[in-house]
Amino acid sequence: MTMARAEKTYGTMTTASYAVMASLIAGAILALIVAAKAADTPMAIHASLFLLAFVAGVFTLISRHFNALEHRPGADDGLGYNDNVVKAGVIATLFWGVAGMLAGLYIASELAFPALNFDFAYINFGRLRPVHTSGVIFAFGGNALIATSFYVVQRTCRARLAGEIAPWFVFWGYQLFLVVAVTGYLMGVTQSREYAEPEWYTDIWLTIVWVVYLLVFLGTLMKRREPHIYVANWFYLAFIVTIALLHITNNLAVPETWVSSKSYSVFSGVQDALIQWWYGHNAVGFFLTAGFLGMMYYFVPKRANRPVYSYRLSIIHFWSLIFIYIWAGPHHLHYTALPDWAQTLGMTFSIMLWMPSWGGMINGLMTLSGAWDKLRTDPVLRILVVSLAFYGMSTFEGPVMSVKAVNSLSHYTDWTIGHVHSGAMGWVGFVTFGAVYCLVPWLWKRERLYSMALVSWHFWIATMGIVLYITSMWVSGILQGLMWRAYDSQGFLEYSFVETVAAMHPFYIIRAAGGLLYLTGTLIMVYNCWRTIRGDVRAGEPIIPDANPSIVSGPLAAQPAE
Amino acid sequence: MMQLHASALAGMTGLILFIVLFAIAVTYALWPSNKQIFDHLARLPLEDDHEEKGQ
Repeated sequence: MTMARAEKTYGTMTTASYAVMASLIAGAILALIVAAKAADTPMAIHASLFLLAFVAGVFTLISRHFNALEHRPGADDGLGYNDNVVKAGVIATLFWGVAGMLAGLYIASELAFPALNFDFAYINFGRLRPVHTSGVIFAFGGNALIATSFYVVQRTCRARLAGEIAPWFVFWGYQLFLVVAVTGYLMGVTQSREYAEPEWYTDIWLTIVWVVYLLVFLGTLMKRREPHIYVANWFYLAFIVTIALLHITNNLAVPETWVSSKSYSVFSGVQDALIQWWYGHNAVGFFLTAGFLGMMYYFVPKRANRPVYSYRLSIIHFWSLIFIYIWAGPHHLHYTALPDWAQTLGMTFSIMLWMPSWGGMINGLMTLSGAWDKLRTDPVLRILVVSLAFYGMSTFEGPVMSVKAVNSLSHYTDWTIGHVHSGAMGWVGFVTFGAVYCLVPWLWKRERLYSMALVSWHFWIATMGIVLYITSMWVSGILQGLMWRAYDSQGFLEYSFVETVAAMHPFYIIRAAGGLLYLTGTLIMVYNCWRTIRGDVRAGEPIIPDANPSIVSGPLAAQPAE
Repeated sequence: MMQLHASALAGMTGLILFIVLFAIAVTYALWPSNKQIFDHLARLPLEDDHEEKGQ
């Protein structure tokens, strides 16, 4: 090892680099052939996109090599933590957050005012909806998870990220997946599987990227200098492994031809439905829950500057979560062709999920014991704590809705949409905002954020947005459910379907207003982060002691009065 | 007549396996001598240094 290091030449063309380059060239040739023989326009466009990306990859490798030859000991000496890929991930998180939420606001407005689709196929509700869901869950949330997992695993293992090209391959490969998926939706390319809309070739690409992600994560764990694996890494690892398993199984499909963008699932009928919702609910359990709990277990203790309340509880609720979540999917298929016992099983396990979910929430909240006063002074910590409150609330609401009797009222109504959004905006969104507000000054080595007042504005505006959103969806969902099941004295349905749609109108407007507020908050965050990265500090704001713990590492000595 | 199907066997195996695995995890978490490790781990995020060299 040391010998090799001493005799190392300065270029970066190792065997691994050559292997990556050969794969990229092979991929480019394949993409070129597919583009030429494509059976449909979307496939031709996507193959060309892949071709461009692969060629760009080859050029990047070459220029990286020559750069290294010129500036011998580079700024990034390959010994410290690899933070550049985390920085890129934070920027991508901000970008996709705005894009995904904007798409959400637009489709919410389309529901209130359908004329907004302008009879233009590319922006109708059906095509824009997956742009919103994938944009927020996979693009915003996914980038946040990848970036924070790369940050956290390095710190808690005290080891540099495994591989030099691989982390960047994960980052850019994931962006390519997102761009292909989203442009596909706009062109009408979809498998029509909820939260798994991308077609077969996009799925294969994501599988490759995901396996590399897993290897980078495992590789870093393996060379850790800390003897034990910190609980956040357990959650991240569960997220990566389970998503791989879910993604591959749910997307097993046979393409029409190898140059066609259309495929057919290998499953059919009720098996297909069960696989889809086994996937769908575990995407919630392992992507939107386990992954973000990993984030929580690093950023909440770090920000509060308090140890994890109960490490034992974290182990127990981790394993309960893993053992229970995987069975809850059938609650999406109550009163369908799915066997009754399977529906009851899904319901039972959903109710059991209360325990691990609240275990996580309580552990996160109680981590603040002894530091509750910081909520008054640190708006970032406030965002993190409110995310836990929403986590507790939506994981209470979910099991209630999975009970068959409740589900007979709530299913297919806006209540479900409200529930998803209290989880996504309240828990996932807020915990991500908190992590981003922590990471930006840490990564760019700024003493503090540009403005704490703007963080407070973001917090209040976004919270109001969530409240408007979920309360309007509760009312409209229950109203909708009651109207659907209302019979008159003759036994006829009291309302036609279109009457229930008309009744939704005011709530759709309130929902869109909530979305507008939430997006406004995100834009404030983007501005704040941009100014922080530039190195600005807003004039006239008092420096809050402790607001950014551990920026300057070392004991928290008394700061000289400003 | 009752027949032991492979699926029933898989169900029973899974049930026992999962309960045993979960019991091991809980025992590990509650084992008194592990407390020291957990106290160290609970503080881990507070102790990491932003600038420390990886490797």
